[in-house]
Parts: sequence; structure tokens; C-alpha cells
Amino acid sequence: MSKDKLFGLVDLDWRFELTKFRPVRALFKSRWFPLLPILFNLFIFVIILLAGFLGGYSAGNYNFGIMIVWILWWVMLMFVLVPVLSRAWCLMCPFPIFGEWAQRGALFGVNMGKLGGLNLKWPKALKNMWIMNVFFLVTTFFSGFFTVRPLATFILLGLIILIAFIMGLIFEKRSFCLYVCPVSGFQGLYSQFATTEIRSKDPQVCKEHKLKTCYLGNEKGYGCPWLLAPFSFRKNTYCGMCLECFKSCPYDNMAFNLRPPGADLLVDDKRGLDEAWKSFIMLGIAMVFFLSMQGPWGVLKDMVRASTLRGYLTFITFHTVLCLLVIPGIFFVFSYLSKVFSGNKEVSLKKLFINFSYTLIPIGLGAWIAFSFGIVLPNGSYILHILSDPFSWGWNLFGTKNVPWTPVFTHSLGYLQGITLLVFYLFSLAYGFRLSKQTFPGLQEAKRGWIPIFTFLTLTTLLFLWLYIG
Amino acid sequence: MKIKCQVFCWFIVCSLWFMAGSSFAQAEKFFEVKAKKFSYTPNIIEVNKGDLVRIRLISEDVHHGFFVDGYAVSTSAHPGQDGSLKFTADKPGRFCFRCSVTCGEFHPYMVGYLVVKPNSRFSMSAAAVILIGLGSLVIVFRKKENEQG
Repeated sequence: MSKDKLFGLVDLDWRFELTKFRPVRALFKSRWFPLLPILFNLFIFVIILLAGFLGGYSAGNYNFGIMIVWILWWVMLMFVLVPVLSRAWCLMCPFPIFGEWAQRGALFGVNMGKLGGLNLKWPKALKNMWIMNVFFLVTTFFSGFFTVRPLATFILLGLIILIAFIMGLIFEKRSFCLYVCPVSGFQGLYSQFATTEIRSKDPQVCKEHKLKTCYLGNEKGYGCPWLLAPFSFRKNTYCGMCLECFKSCPYDNMAFNLRPPGADLLVDDKRGLDEAWKSFIMLGIAMVFFLSMQGPWGVLKDMVRASTLRGYLTFITFHTVLCLLVIPGIFFVFSYLSKVFSGNKEVSLKKLFINFSYTLIPIGLGAWIAFSFGIVLPNGSYILHILSDPFSWGWNLFGTKNVPWTPVFTHSLGYLQGITLLVFYLFSLAYGFRLSKQTFPGLQEAKRGWIPIFTFLTLTTLLFLWLYIG
Repeated sequence: MKIKCQVFCWFIVCSLWFMAGSSFAQAEKFFEVKAKKFSYTPNIIEVNKGDLVRIRLISEDVHHGFFVDGYAVSTSAHPGQDGSLKFTADKPGRFCFRCSVTCGEFHPYMVGYLVVKPNSRFSMSAAAVILIGLGSLVIVFRKKENEQG
């Protein structure tokens, strides 16, 4: 055990293996899991697509597709799935399964033969988050449509499913999930904060196991569909939690662990500008979404919903410049100041910029959770309505069709948002100085170099506080 | 030095506490709020804690609602048929007022702000961020070589 304790309370090396409980391990090793959750979600998404198609241009708050995707699913992602269960959504996501089934030629069992499709390798230059960054940012250009217009949600989801299928036929394994899926990037980034992880139990067992079945596969499970080496997992970012490695490991050497939140932020593995920009983009989108969806400015709403072409283009330009240039630019200035303050001439500005960008992960996640409170508390009650009448055909399946709009705990919204931002700010501070020590060789340099980044984090938190409750 | 720091911190906390608890002389404030897809004019209403707030809601296009978070009071207006609302702003902070009648696709985002001054939620939260931040900085600068965390 290390002596490094988060907030002086929890050892950062502390782990509690959940798969040591037999039912949990049995579940993880069963081929029914995650197949059953995937099939369940497939069923739900069929209804979502149908509701989206049939709902057309109607107001989204009474549409099954809009409410389940943009209220329930999004909030579940931000509140539970990502911060607690890492990439658990990828485990049960139905989007890429058609391509995967086409590759495997099997729905349930393990096909030991060659995978179907062209199985091309993804271009090396694109093996990063850049496409996902751009895809996600471009997707948000249409937030004024797909979060309110059922048909827009239908088109967006339909496109994602279609692209995933086509890519499954062309490229090997889960190339779509790894390098293209717009939802994948931010889940990967924020899953570094998650309180759970999949890791090997004993590295020595893996070392002595010459046939890397977790990577190559065997009759019990496929080789890692995410093209990773599960025996050397160090962080959550690119593990889609498909659980194949639990099935294919003959030594039961894979574990699903509880751990202190944010442990991956200190793992210096595959850090890069692509992940740094993902952090900036997520911060920028949180601001723009708040301004357009929870702010009182009608002129912004008109721009986002494209009342005029000029207004819409202004919104896209502002949004893009903010996410890709302004926020990274300001952060660059603070990173430069960090280098100047530290007095260190050896550490490159690029390394400093990249390493410190990971301090934005807790703050960014906090900003998104706080934003999500403002979406679910006022609008959550619409879900009761759409569960009873998913296609707006006048059904009343569960007797909740006529439940009136009821805002829940909106009197406490400001407190919830303020506390959330404060808590995640604390995590950013806690990991920030550790990252500073990781970046600079000397303690005094780390202390001095930390001041500008600390200032940036404090100002960012104050900005979000002002936006949300000021 | 340590005592000076503590005195300073207590001064800030006590000042904020005083600001949060202080009340202004009650006044009656009247606002004519126009609702039109998907915004209100004025979009931000500022009053002092303890004020009696009267609102006349005028719809300029379709049926709109007006629900105030934190006060749980509401009214609605059709074109040519105004709504009215009266309440005492006894809770400080910033609250959303939002449309409570589905009025179109952007209806869930049709909001305005009621600011009941002093906005102690914000000032307390901001003070907490600054104090905690400075506290963490002090802890960092007291760290010695080989000390973890």
C-alpha cells in the first residue's frame, strides 16, 4: 500500500474486488451477460426510433425518444454510469452490435473462425480521439434540433447505428467504438474518474501465461474486441467493458474493482493532445448548453434552433471557436505561466499542457452533473407521461398518461449545483497538485508551477458557479 | 500569522452570514412579463428579499405558463387573457421561472431568472470555493520533500 491518501482519507492504491463474490464472477463469465442487457436496450431503442420517426416535428417533451434519450439516458450516464461504473454504457450499448454480429457470424456463442467483413486495420494516424472530438462537437451543432425534435433524434441515432454497422463490415472489431462514436470519447475521458475499473489481478499470472487468450481469444471468449491487451490495462479510457477477457482468461485473473474516484488521472499512459482537447470541448459544450438550454436569453435560443440562418451560423462559429480555440488558448496561457513560475526549463510546454489538462476532468464532470440536475429535476416528470403513451397514440399503459408536469426539488436546484461544483473542484485540486509533482522533477518547482493551474481551476469553478447560480 | 489568517477567514464568513440573513425594507414590486416563444421579457427579474412581488403575465403568441422554482407558484396566460401572480420573495437566491404549459418544441428551455437579493447562495458558494482553494494552497506549500499527497 502507498502512503498517498486522497484527501488524507483513502489510499489511492486501495482496491476492493467485486468479482471475488461468486455470483458476480459467474455473471461476468456468462455469455448471457452482457448479451441480455444489450438485447433489452435494443428493444428500448427500437421503440425510441419508432417514437422518433412517428413523433416527427411534435414538441419533444411528450415524446418517448426525446425523453428517454436526452433526459433519462443522458442523466444516467452523467450521474451513475460514467462516474461510478466507468464505461458501463458501452457494455450494454446496442449501436455496434449489428456490425459485431456480422463480423462474428454468431449471436451468442464464440465463433473460433476468422471474423467476417473486410477486417481492415484502422489507419494509424487516426488511432486517437480526434475524430470523436470533431464528431461530438459537430453533433452538438444540432442540439437545438435533436433534443427537442423527435425526427432529429431519429435521424441522429439512425445515422450512428448505420455508421457503426458499415464500419463493422469494413474495419476490424470495435474500430467504430474506439475511434468514431461520439458518445465514446467523453465516456472514455470521464471514466478515468470512475470509482470502478477492470484490471488483471496478478500481473505475474499474466506474465507466465504465454498464450494471451484475453487478446487472442479462445473457445470461451473473443479476443479483446477493443483491440487492447487486457493483461496490461492501466486505465479505463479505452476499455469498453465487454467482459470478453473475463470469459477467455483460463486463470480467472481479471477483476472488477472498486477504487478511489479519479485514480486513473495519475496514470501516465497514452496521454495526448487529443484527450486534452476532449476536456476543453466538454467544458465548452457544458457552457454553451447551459446558456442555450437553461439560460434566460431568447436570442441565444433563437440562434441554436436556427430561427435565422445567420443566427445559426453565428452560434456554430462561436461554439466552435470557444471549444477549439478560446478555452485551449486560455489554458495554454496558464500552462505557460506554470512553466515560468516553476522556473524549470527542462519540462516541455507541451508535456505540461497535456498533463495539466487532466485536472479538468473532475471539474468538467462536475459541471456536467450540475447541468444535468437542471435538466432532470424540472423535466423528469414528463417521463411518466411518455411511458404510458410512447407513440402519442392516446395509450395509457401504466395509468400515468395524465400525470401533470411536476418539477421536483427545483427549489434546491441551486444548492445541488453549487455543492456538486464544489465537490468536483476539490477533486481537481487534489489531483492537480499530484499531477504537478508528476510533471516537475522537484517539489519546489511543482509548488510554484501549480499556482497558475490552481488559479485557472478556481476561476473556472467560479465561472460555472456564476453561470449556474450567480 | 496563523491567528491573522483565522481572524480574516472568520471575518469573511461572518460578513457573508450577515449578508445572507439581512433583510431589506419590504417593498411592492410589479412586473409586466411578456411571454413569447421561447423567452420572457424581461428575462431577469431582480427583487430584494422580503419584497411583495406582483406579476402580470402577457402572452404574445400562444398559451404560456409561468412557474417559479423555489416558490412553487404559477400562473398562465393566453393571448388577450393575462395571468397574474403575487408572492412574497422571502427566499434569497437565483431561481428559474419557467413555462409550465407545453408551448412548442423549445418549451422545456423557456426560462427566466428571478433574483432575490442578496444572492447568498452564490456568494456563500463562491466564498467557499475561494477559502477551500486558498486552504489547499496553504497545505500544498507546507508540504515537505518525500511527503505524499
